[in-house]
Amino acid sequence: MSWLNKLLPPKIKRNENGVARKSTLPEGLWSKCPSCEAVLYATDLGNNLNVCPKCGHHNRLNARARIDLLLDREGRFEIGAEVLPVDTLKFKDSRRYPERLLDATENTGETDSLVVMQGAVKTLPVVVAAFEFGFMGGSMGSVLGERFVRGVQAAVEQGMPFVCVSASGGARMQEGLFSLMQMAKTTAALTRLSAARLPFVSILTDPTMGGVSASFAFIGDVVMAEPGALIGFAGPRVIEQTVREKLPEGFQRSEFLLEKGAIDMIVDRRQMKDKLAQVLALLQKLPAAA
Amino acid sequence: MKTTFLDFEQPMAELEGKIETLRFAQDDSAVDISEEIGRLEKKSQTLTKEVYAKLTPWQISQVARHPQRPYTLDYLDLVFTGFEELHGDRAFSDDHAIVGGLARFNGQPVMVIGHQKGRDTKEKIFRNFGMPRPEGYRKALRLMRLAEKFAIPVMTFVDTPGAYPGIDAEERGQSEAIGRNLYVMAELKVPIIVTIIGEGGSGGALAIAVGDVVQMLQYSTYSVISPEGCASILWKSADKASEAAEIMGITAQRLKTFGLIDKIVGEPLGGAHRDYPAMAQNLKKALQDALKQVGALSVGELVETRFQRLMAYGRTKEQAPR
Repeated sequence: MSWLNKLLPPKIKRNENGVARKSTLPEGLWSKCPSCEAVLYATDLGNNLNVCPKCGHHNRLNARARIDLLLDREGRFEIGAEVLPVDTLKFKDSRRYPERLLDATENTGETDSLVVMQGAVKTLPVVVAAFEFGFMGGSMGSVLGERFVRGVQAAVEQGMPFVCVSASGGARMQEGLFSLMQMAKTTAALTRLSAARLPFVSILTDPTMGGVSASFAFIGDVVMAEPGALIGFAGPRVIEQTVREKLPEGFQRSEFLLEKGAIDMIVDRRQMKDKLAQVLALLQKLPAAA
Repeated sequence: MKTTFLDFEQPMAELEGKIETLRFAQDDSAVDISEEIGRLEKKSQTLTKEVYAKLTPWQISQVARHPQRPYTLDYLDLVFTGFEELHGDRAFSDDHAIVGGLARFNGQPVMVIGHQKGRDTKEKIFRNFGMPRPEGYRKALRLMRLAEKFAIPVMTFVDTPGAYPGIDAEERGQSEAIGRNLYVMAELKVPIIVTIIGEGGSGGALAIAVGDVVQMLQYSTYSVISPEGCASILWKSADKASEAAEIMGITAQRLKTFGLIDKIVGEPLGGAHRDYPAMAQNLKKALQDALKQVGALSVGELVETRFQRLMAYGRTKEQAPR
């Protein structure tokens, strides 16, 4: 990374359709679908919300693109952007934690792994929290916890529902037990939303694992998932090592979870906004959104 | 019971062996060697004190996992009376990695819930090495709700490597079970007193560790991931576990300075397993203090204080966005 790149504000470094530079998609004009191996024109994929137009495979979507997908253009207001990470443990493995943070910011344009935005879904007021998987694997640390809580508080104060779109490998090791405690903190905040009889809709996307999965993710009044997302407590490799047998086909995927009764519905990303508006209107006894 | 010595305790083991031999010799010897034995015993004590005064975090995690460390059922025996174990989650089965039920603490009814490990191979398998499945957490939840209904305080004892990472556990919603407990414990209308007695292994520990008072035994650990797990992810080698233990800050002392736990309960010289009655006495005192502290609050104050405490977890800085 040259000194010039460091000077550029992160916002410029994001490309137009909101897909972060270091997304799961290869850079360049063409990309290959990891599922059906169709060769796709990058713009087509971007215009299709990162869903393969051939087979419907859902590639990952970054936080801002997710918010663009769900929220109306008008009247948006970001919450908790002022909350930033600190390195309490002075954590260092092969690299120091602050260096990893800096890298993640350069690659994603975000300051941590959660973006919270107040706005409206088809004119229904709502607070949306979206994970940025590109930021250290969407890991949950103190900043994520605090932004999440501020989002929930805003929802409670203004009497609107809270929606969270998860994409995370779990807790952030670099913050030690502080990150474990974010599981308790985020989940506890939701008790206040519930007491105010405001809906919490949890949308699980690829991947939702570990500490995020085992805290607020399944506490949604309605739990949705995108097709084919990996969702679970322990990672597949850990389970394989523990039980020493091959995992069944489709294990820990959305379809598997629906079958086991763990989630309410699977929703295609291209219908997500409509579906969300529908569910929110029903829960709040409002007329159907246009 | 013959003490099992850990790797770093080898000098102590050798000395103990010598004392043992002398004791054996004394029985059929005309010469009085009790003085020599006494001298060695004193030396052994000093040595133990020295070793335990400067334990590394990795050594502490070995003590926390010591095969002879007292488990939940041991404390139920030593600290409580009239334990009535309550079984099952009413939906799937009874998980043996978590025990729970009603008991008396100084005569007062309490709900005790704790992880349970096994001693011998058979029992270890029966207890699934203290790694609960969803039904274990759901049993715990059921017992907490029961306690709430009858206004009985809850005392939990944490000692698990983590929630069980198995196919069946995932199928039955391990994540949901843990998350649900976090949610319910945040708003439970009775006091919850949490004690980490051995290993506080990640989400599997936290699922019964949200409370009004959170205390740790001196040589217990509490962490977001096991040192081995952390090392294998960050250094791609489990051999770096001691470095991982160091850096993650998993000891009672470190976590107390971070304000993540309230109190450290002292252990007898050489660890809890060396002296069960002394350990039980310390624990009883600590639980008594904790109960007194939270007992003074009304239900409303109790839940609000717990909520504020949860909201305060985390270290961040604030800066106006660019």
